[in-house]
Amino acid sequence: MSDKPEKFIDENGIRLDGRRVDEIRPMTVEMGVLTRADGSCYLEWGNNKVLAAVYGPRELHPRRLQRPGEALVRYRYNMAAFSVEDRIRPGPSRRSTEISKVSGEAFEPVVMKQFYPSAVIDVFAEVLQADAGTRTAAINAATLALVDAGIPMKGLVAACAVGKVDGQLVLDLNKPEDNYGDADLPIAMTEDGDITLLQMDGNLTVEEVNKGIEMVREGCEQIFAIQKAALLERFGTAEEEEVLEDAELQAELMSEEEEVSEAAEEEDAVEESEDLEAAETEDPEDVEVEEAEAMFEEDVTEFEVNEEEAEEEAAEVNEEDIASEPEGEESTEEEGEKYEQ
Amino acid sequence: MDRKIVIPGQLLSDKEKMAGPGTYVKDGKVYSLLYGIANVKNKVSVVPFSGKYYPSRKDFIIGTVIDVTPSNWIMETGSPYDGLLHVSEYPKRVDSSEMRKCMSIGDCVIVRIKDVSKSMKVELTMREPGSRVLTKGRIIDVVPAKVPRVIGHSGSMVSILKKESNCDVFVGKNGRIWINGKSDDMDHLAAAIEMIERESHISGLTDKIGRFLRNEPEEVAESDADELIEEERSTLPAKEDNVTEETCRKVDALLDDEVDEA
Repeated sequence: MSDKPEKFIDENGIRLDGRRVDEIRPMTVEMGVLTRADGSCYLEWGNNKVLAAVYGPRELHPRRLQRPGEALVRYRYNMAAFSVEDRIRPGPSRRSTEISKVSGEAFEPVVMKQFYPSAVIDVFAEVLQADAGTRTAAINAATLALVDAGIPMKGLVAACAVGKVDGQLVLDLNKPEDNYGDADLPIAMTEDGDITLLQMDGNLTVEEVNKGIEMVREGCEQIFAIQKAALLERFGTAEEEEVLEDAELQAELMSEEEEVSEAAEEEDAVEESEDLEAAETEDPEDVEVEEAEAMFEEDVTEFEVNEEEAEEEAAEVNEEDIASEPEGEESTEEEGEKYEQ
Repeated sequence: MDRKIVIPGQLLSDKEKMAGPGTYVKDGKVYSLLYGIANVKNKVSVVPFSGKYYPSRKDFIIGTVIDVTPSNWIMETGSPYDGLLHVSEYPKRVDSSEMRKCMSIGDCVIVRIKDVSKSMKVELTMREPGSRVLTKGRIIDVVPAKVPRVIGHSGSMVSILKKESNCDVFVGKNGRIWINGKSDDMDHLAAAIEMIERESHISGLTDKIGRFLRNEPEEVAESDADELIEEERSTLPAKEDNVTEETCRKVDALLDDEVDEA
């Protein structure tokens, strides 16, 4: 306790690490750092180093934990044994269990859990190096990891702390301010400014809390800007062409599906399985024939013949014959089955 | 059609009616739900960059049998939800006791999704042409978001892969690709698919993959004499192409210089 500084803020309003009272520490983020995870993010915030990984949505075991209408979001906050000067005992502690619970709930309003009933989304936030404000750093990293994993979300979440030292409110506490300050108030919020996490350690008046929340709002704005920049840069410039091309293909595939989804089912009868995708662009005439055929359960190509051109027709009849054979077998089998049942 | 990269919570439109897949509406405005590309046509939809496979009706996928119950095969589908294949959905009539003889744990199968219920019960069927148990070949996993890449515009990439590698290829919607052919060919094809996944930003990728499959040096070294000659033959014109391209560029440069001087 001897290393408590005499003054946290000098006469010029500059803090121990050279920041002003309403300034956050520099933050850098990197996404997609873990290849085996579905989404990941490495974040450095001042001297904090946090690694977040998201797995899922995936099947939840044991089954009794499953929720029939929505997915479960499991959040695990953990500090590495070497993250602080005195080695901390590995494994869940009272503190980390509590932080895990409240941090997981901080994502409650943004994650679209109803899309994945009875599944689980696992979020792991690992603190590699701690320097005050690790829970907020972990939340900032976890948000990006969730986005990276392609989880549907209504928006981002940012977190930042405000505290009181030397009787003055300061944004984003550093280690000495956290250890020897009078209060610590970590807050997480959505882009709309809805507060999703609020904890407090120490004593603050109502006015101070209100002012602190406003300061955090400012801080979170900056964090959102950093997060958004990271997201937009990830597929920027060089790869932009790729992603746009991907989207085009995806859209093409989707529209094809819509248009021909009914038809494709029938069409596949004459196609080899490998040609499925190609098959979707087939002549609609074939489809009509086959649909009709399916309706009457017999070969109706004869009726179509007049309308067709001679060459096409011959080829088609052949195809129909081939296709109808196994169908016939199937239907008789089906009948047999019904009998036995 | 207008496209751009969007992030969750980004405002896409002021008109509520524009909301398409991958978006949500709040206070009459449309926002993005996903990190991906927004396509604006008559509706705004967002196609994600990443994410697990989400089972939907009529998709052909490759599943792996993970359990056999008295009336169902349970299959892993690459999504958060397991698929159920009822005995009656097997192409032949199978007795309950015989089920393991048809398909046992670990078998990979091309199946079609018959239905997906609201509580995400995935029902599969094999009563579809093309649906079958895979006994030979290999299965390669790619990110489901890259599947359209592997297929290409109206199947152009798949047909190149098939033609140039002499392998059978089936691309499941869940990002599993089945290939079958000679061992060397499959190695080569697997490398090509990996390349598609890795280098999908290169324009003219289909051509590049075609060239890669035709004349990779390692392939020449490993294949037997007859093939070697063929490989060399196919290599030569490509080299010539390079030369002509280079000369063209030089000529262009010279011409430019002349113009500048003039």
